[in-house]
Amino acid sequence: MSTIQTHPSHPVRPDWLWHLGVAAFVVCWWLIYHRLQPLADWLTAQLPVERHSHTGEAIAFFLYDVPKVMMLLTLIVFAMGVVRSFFSPEKTRALLSGKREGVGNVLSAGLGILTPFCSCSAVPLFIGFVSAGVPLGVTFSFLIAAPMVNEVALVLLFGLVGWQVAATYLAFGLGIAVVAGFVIGKLNLEGWLQDWVRDIHSGAGAVDMPEGERLTMVDRYRLGIQAVKEIFGKVWVWILLGIAMGALIHGYVPEDLMVRIMGADAWWSVPAAVVMGIPMYTNAAGVIPIVEALLGKGAALGTVLAFMMSVIALSLPEMIILKQVLTYRLIAVFIGVVGSGILAVGFLFNLIF
Amino acid sequence: MTTVKVYGPGCKRCETTAEMVREAAAKLGLEVEVEKVTDPKSIAMAGVMSTPGISIDGKLVHAGGLPDKAKLETWLSA
Repeated sequence: MSTIQTHPSHPVRPDWLWHLGVAAFVVCWWLIYHRLQPLADWLTAQLPVERHSHTGEAIAFFLYDVPKVMMLLTLIVFAMGVVRSFFSPEKTRALLSGKREGVGNVLSAGLGILTPFCSCSAVPLFIGFVSAGVPLGVTFSFLIAAPMVNEVALVLLFGLVGWQVAATYLAFGLGIAVVAGFVIGKLNLEGWLQDWVRDIHSGAGAVDMPEGERLTMVDRYRLGIQAVKEIFGKVWVWILLGIAMGALIHGYVPEDLMVRIMGADAWWSVPAAVVMGIPMYTNAAGVIPIVEALLGKGAALGTVLAFMMSVIALSLPEMIILKQVLTYRLIAVFIGVVGSGILAVGFLFNLIF
Repeated sequence: MTTVKVYGPGCKRCETTAEMVREAAAKLGLEVEVEKVTDPKSIAMAGVMSTPGISIDGKLVHAGGLPDKAKLETWLSA
């Protein structure tokens, strides 16, 4: 395999043009982003509706939130695409194999955020980790953190709810991944893997991947752009639907309704939120605009976060995929441990805030 | 006759990858047999951790994400 190869399918542009392009993009982004509110207000004013009516409120909400979220997503997904090009599942596995529990769990949860990961390769990744001697609990820390603490969730929380909530979500999402993985590791459940997984585990080692060729900065920009295209293709409908839903709640649902159902005083609301979240399978993009609107109407933060974590981290379709490698008993333990963590976060938040 | 295996559980990216392999082969005038491997056990056995993965005549050349078109042509013609 020859390594010196130009890319005939890409027009050749000098590197400095790329750097300049990226810098110009960031500057334009910044300028537009800070003018979104007046723009949305102006647009709403052009419509034949009363600004302070239900419809007016809902429309203004929608017109401001959609471009804001789309812009934030573009920037952050691009940045994460570039950052992730420095990581790969193979490198992560090498870093984690043979790591002790404890340190390994923390490292694993952190790498879960940075390593490129798609839930459709959860199974091969799981096997790849376990067969290379990454402890089971450490592998779980990775598999919990990777989908739960992702950039789309964080961007949406930051953009729609505020940085404090985004930061807390990041901290507690990581915390749950570390602790749940640690607990699962301590339970010594290796025997509860499906038989064939254990066979790979004890027998054939992992095949080495070809050495990744060195990427140039321009290659990394390209990967960033590819990530933006891919994520947008997947989530734009959800964002539109989610924000539209949020806008309706914002405009029409009376305030005290949510306080009664999802307020901090109803102790049962946290477990109910977790249970409701399990069969629901949408990505972070679909659920967060709803979260924003619910919070605005007086739902308690802990309850809403518990709901959101449950939707993202404990999803039925993912369990069905994992069934191929885990026995039902192990899946039950997984749901039990992660579910308890989410419950604890929910109650704790309702208590503090 | 080259045998190309595309590893992946059948998500959209895996379909796209298989299609890209066929296109690249057609462009180079190569005769290839594209086989899709969807069983997680076989995927894992092949050493693929992030899908879609590609192997050409038994040699793993790529794993994780859509392959680069130019690189795909290089691998196929190697």
